[in-house]
Amino acid sequence: MINDIVSFFGENIQMIYIIILSVFVGVEVIGKVPAVLHTPLMSGANAIHGVVIVGAIIVMLNTPADNILALALGFVAVVLGTLNVVGGFAVTDRMLEMFKKK
Amino acid sequence: MEIKYILDIVYLIASVTFVMGLKMLSHPDTARKGNLYAAFGMALAIAGTILLYNHPDGYTTREPLKIILILVAISIGSLAGWLTANRVQMTKMPELVSLFNGMGGACAALIGIMEYEHNVGKTGALATIIAGMIIGSVSFSGSVIAFLKLNETMRKPIRLPSYNILNTVVMIALIAFGAYIVYAQPQELLLPIILFVAALIYGVLFVIPIGGADMPVVISLLNSFTGLAAAFGGFLYQNQVMLTGGILVGSAGTILTLAMCKAMNRPLSNVIFGAFGASSASTGTDVKGSIKDISISDTAILMNYAKKVVIVPGYGLAVAQAQHVIHELETLLEERGVDVQYAIHPVAGRMPGHMNVLLAESNVSYDKLVEMEDINPEFAKTDVVLVVGANDVVNPAAKTDPSSPIFGMPILDVENARNVIVNKRSMNAGYAGIDNLLFYQPKTSMLFGDAKGVLTKLVSELKQM
Repeated sequence: MINDIVSFFGENIQMIYIIILSVFVGVEVIGKVPAVLHTPLMSGANAIHGVVIVGAIIVMLNTPADNILALALGFVAVVLGTLNVVGGFAVTDRMLEMFKKK
Repeated sequence: MEIKYILDIVYLIASVTFVMGLKMLSHPDTARKGNLYAAFGMALAIAGTILLYNHPDGYTTREPLKIILILVAISIGSLAGWLTANRVQMTKMPELVSLFNGMGGACAALIGIMEYEHNVGKTGALATIIAGMIIGSVSFSGSVIAFLKLNETMRKPIRLPSYNILNTVVMIALIAFGAYIVYAQPQELLLPIILFVAALIYGVLFVIPIGGADMPVVISLLNSFTGLAAAFGGFLYQNQVMLTGGILVGSAGTILTLAMCKAMNRPLSNVIFGAFGASSASTGTDVKGSIKDISISDTAILMNYAKKVVIVPGYGLAVAQAQHVIHELETLLEERGVDVQYAIHPVAGRMPGHMNVLLAESNVSYDKLVEMEDINPEFAKTDVVLVVGANDVVNPAAKTDPSSPIFGMPILDVENARNVIVNKRSMNAGYAGIDNLLFYQPKTSMLFGDAKGVLTKLVSELKQM
């Protein structure tokens, strides 16, 4: 058991480094956002987790072309992921466009 | 040169744009550019994946049918996302964020279902898939419920008997079931699909007891859940851009959630497990004293001869669609040499920072929007405070009454100003359902009526002076 856990860390050490460092980067970068921008920030961050669409595309690329069910599910996943990405970035842009000093 | 290296570089660039984008969002001057950088990085990552991705064991094929399907799916999603984003009213922002968040969660859960069968036999990969699937499903169904609560389809919190214990038991059962699947590794999809459905149910149970006023906190939390689900996908595919993007949002969402809770002075556990509103019904402070009316013309005179006016906008302002009139009032007063500022409470509006968006939409310059810590010392120098559609954020009970459900929440110290004028439709209590002692203070005058109607009359009255 302990052996398994240690080798899991060993085999995935680069990924684990990325995770830990990204946590710190996320906390540092977000910690400084003024309350004024909390809503656009939430919506912008929301768009960024739409990066999950990359996973949906990968699944589709790896699925044999005759597996209709899997392709259909993948299709739905890509539509949903794109909605998340495009809608998220577009609405954030629409909000930020209005923040002007007059 | 391997083609994989080019994709790695594309992902590296995308990851950097995500970090930069989030960082640039920290100032209004750079925020828009930051969002565009992140969007550019995302487009690059998506295009790069379609063109250059190859599975290390050679599963990847690019038949025209598949490429066409992917492109059609992206076109549909883009069109629908673009149209929704451009048509939605700014007041509906919380609903929209929860909806888009749900889409991302569903996407992550579907990936889990599709990847399960290929990975039977690989314990590490399977654990990642199951974890991503549970979190994605909870985020999806939780977001749908949050959406329904926000658009008021679902009005009252639904509390099953001992729902806290029930939810905890269901959560533990869900994790145990997930762990069992990873351990037993059944070849068929049946158990993973049952798990998927169970996770959806848990997401519903998780959100239904929580009141509508707390939904922004819930959405922010679910936002970080979806980030985590995306990161699990990144771990599965050894895909750095999914990993960095997901984790960044996961930690950002967590910090933001805690910031929101802090602004309301309530621990997160209280939002999730506590029943806000259920206990507040009994806490009636004895209200002594009488309230005083003020006419529109008296208000106009008071404001016209003031040196400094501070407007305290609340969500009631947006409900009455009075953002544009208030900007007109502000411009008019400024023309006459009155110094006008807006005092923005961190939770004003329907989600933190929402009031800024609503006022920005009506062309109010953002340097006129002053945050609570900066405006509070200014109230002593203020001649007139005009409170429009806000209630709990100016309720002195937050400071003086330990039995009040909002006790401890930081408030705007409007009572330090010389005159306080409160516009309200009627004497009904605020969002938290509690009486406001401010209304009974001698320096407070009540200006009853619909915000838009009253402000329009106030503007025309001022124009005649």
